[in-house]
Amino acid sequence: MTAAVAVRRRGSKRLTGRILGRQPIGMLFGAPYALFIALVFAYPLGLAVWMSFHRYFFAAPGVSVPRPFVGLANYRVVLSDPAVRQAFLNIGVFLVINVPLTVALSLLLASALNSAIPFRAFFRVSYYVPYVTASVAVVGVWLFLFSSGGLVNHGLGGLAPTPSWLINEHWAMPSIAIFVTWKQLGFFILLYLAALQNVPKELYESAAVDGASKWRSFRSVTVPGVRTATTLVTILAIITGANLFTEPYLLTGGGGPNGKSASPVLLMYQRGIEQNHPDIASAIGVLLVIGVLLLAGIHRLLQRD
Amino acid sequence: MVQIEEAVAPPAIPTTPVAVQRRPGRSWWRFSALLIGALVFLFPFYYMIIGSLQKKQDTSLRGVLPRPGNITLHNYSEIDAAISLGRTLISSGIFTGGVLLGTMVFGMLAGYALAQLRFRGRGLLFASMLLLQVIPFQLLIIPLYVLIVRDYGLGDSYLGMIAPFAINSTAVFVFRQYFLQLPVDLFNAARIDGASELRILTGIALPLVKPAMLTALLMTFIGPWNEFLWPFLVTKQHDKQPLAVALANYISTVASSATNPFGAILAGACVLAAPAVGLFVAFQRHFVSNNLGSGVKG
Repeated sequence: MTAAVAVRRRGSKRLTGRILGRQPIGMLFGAPYALFIALVFAYPLGLAVWMSFHRYFFAAPGVSVPRPFVGLANYRVVLSDPAVRQAFLNIGVFLVINVPLTVALSLLLASALNSAIPFRAFFRVSYYVPYVTASVAVVGVWLFLFSSGGLVNHGLGGLAPTPSWLINEHWAMPSIAIFVTWKQLGFFILLYLAALQNVPKELYESAAVDGASKWRSFRSVTVPGVRTATTLVTILAIITGANLFTEPYLLTGGGGPNGKSASPVLLMYQRGIEQNHPDIASAIGVLLVIGVLLLAGIHRLLQRD
Repeated sequence: MVQIEEAVAPPAIPTTPVAVQRRPGRSWWRFSALLIGALVFLFPFYYMIIGSLQKKQDTSLRGVLPRPGNITLHNYSEIDAAISLGRTLISSGIFTGGVLLGTMVFGMLAGYALAQLRFRGRGLLFASMLLLQVIPFQLLIIPLYVLIVRDYGLGDSYLGMIAPFAINSTAVFVFRQYFLQLPVDLFNAARIDGASELRILTGIALPLVKPAMLTALLMTFIGPWNEFLWPFLVTKQHDKQPLAVALANYISTVASSATNPFGAILAGACVLAAPAVGLFVAFQRHFVSNNLGSGVKG
């Protein structure tokens, strides 16, 4: 091989390297996942937005039906529907209870679990177990515990609310919020435990030298130290809330009583699939995403200062 | 595995804050708070088992303790007769197995590529992976239902059930984090020796990240095993329904007609919960925060 050819080879290799990257085989390795994202997330996401601006309903297979552009008509229907407004209000109630409770409890429990205590493995397992268990399974036992003649009401005696928790207009949504907090807490504890590993130990030492109390050093060292994790936990908790479906569907028998525990996703199912209005359901979905993004954005802004 | 973590990951900080060691009294207070919390977390599971064994439903305070005269396995045969535990467990198994296979093969390839290979589109793929974590899946159910059940005719099929979950993005993220921790020189040395990228992945990288596989397997397992909404939409026929869907249908429709409805529901709940909880307890040592949270630098 002459020197000129070798130089040209290296030159062309550098050129393909600049276009395709140093290891173009990575494109092949990543291709199935890229295809998966395109087919299962990107395209459906686009379709959801498209459907929300068109009239769309399920027709018999093979029948072609017109799907005219209707502008904001679907959104007008959604926004003037009292059931939808109630569902978004319910999610608001859910988030107000669930998010602060989740952040506070998971951080407190994670920092307690992070210290040297006996039976740490046992504690970790007990806090994670609800998270790894199917909602459908734990819903079964919560129905049993919180039914009118259930153990909780037996324990409370005269203090039990009438009608009972899950069929009470005022208690249905808070009960769901507490259920979800309990169910998901293990996952958030896990995130905080990871974040706590990165809080420099020296800060605790100097806080102790300065005579700070345990609570003071928790507030001044731990809380600011895990701030990034708190943002993540808050955003993930908001997303979990926006996804709420199984609990209102099973725990309160389809969003009852009187739609006081219905969630937007439950309405998407009822309107879109049960009542054959997928266009309306898509509009609810788009509004929900916008709501989640707004909340996440507001949270980021508040965190900044 | 532990050795690798120690060798490659930043040195782990001992998890004992100094102040705790100085004040044992505080530590006891903390211990009892954790203990009470743990009991609150575990009690529903205990009660699930007790309730599933009761001959006659006993919701009184005394019913918390098992009474020898009131114990039966009848609830298990009742739920089996209603929703056929064997068949629904097999459905759950196929659904979960398909997702695990897809994630292990394609998710691993993607995680490796994202961590160790330089190629066009890598940034875009990484950004999409991160974006996926924040798009609530339920919001896509309507278009996915239209596409998979209506357009492609995959209703009542395992393929339709598996498709939206085929590659678990969180697992891809975990794989990437682990492959990132391996030193680049290791790979460059193998490349100079003429090994192909596939050979490097299977021969060098994979054996080094086995614990990541366990974490990812566990995480991926609980997704489809516990999933309710999507298989519920896809399966209208009983013979393909996974256990979670069949049990939910039983709770919402059939239960009221059974002699001890809660007994049967709780028996089904125990069967549904057992594999996930069992796997988790068996492998909980590997399910440590480092694996999941390495992206969450506090």
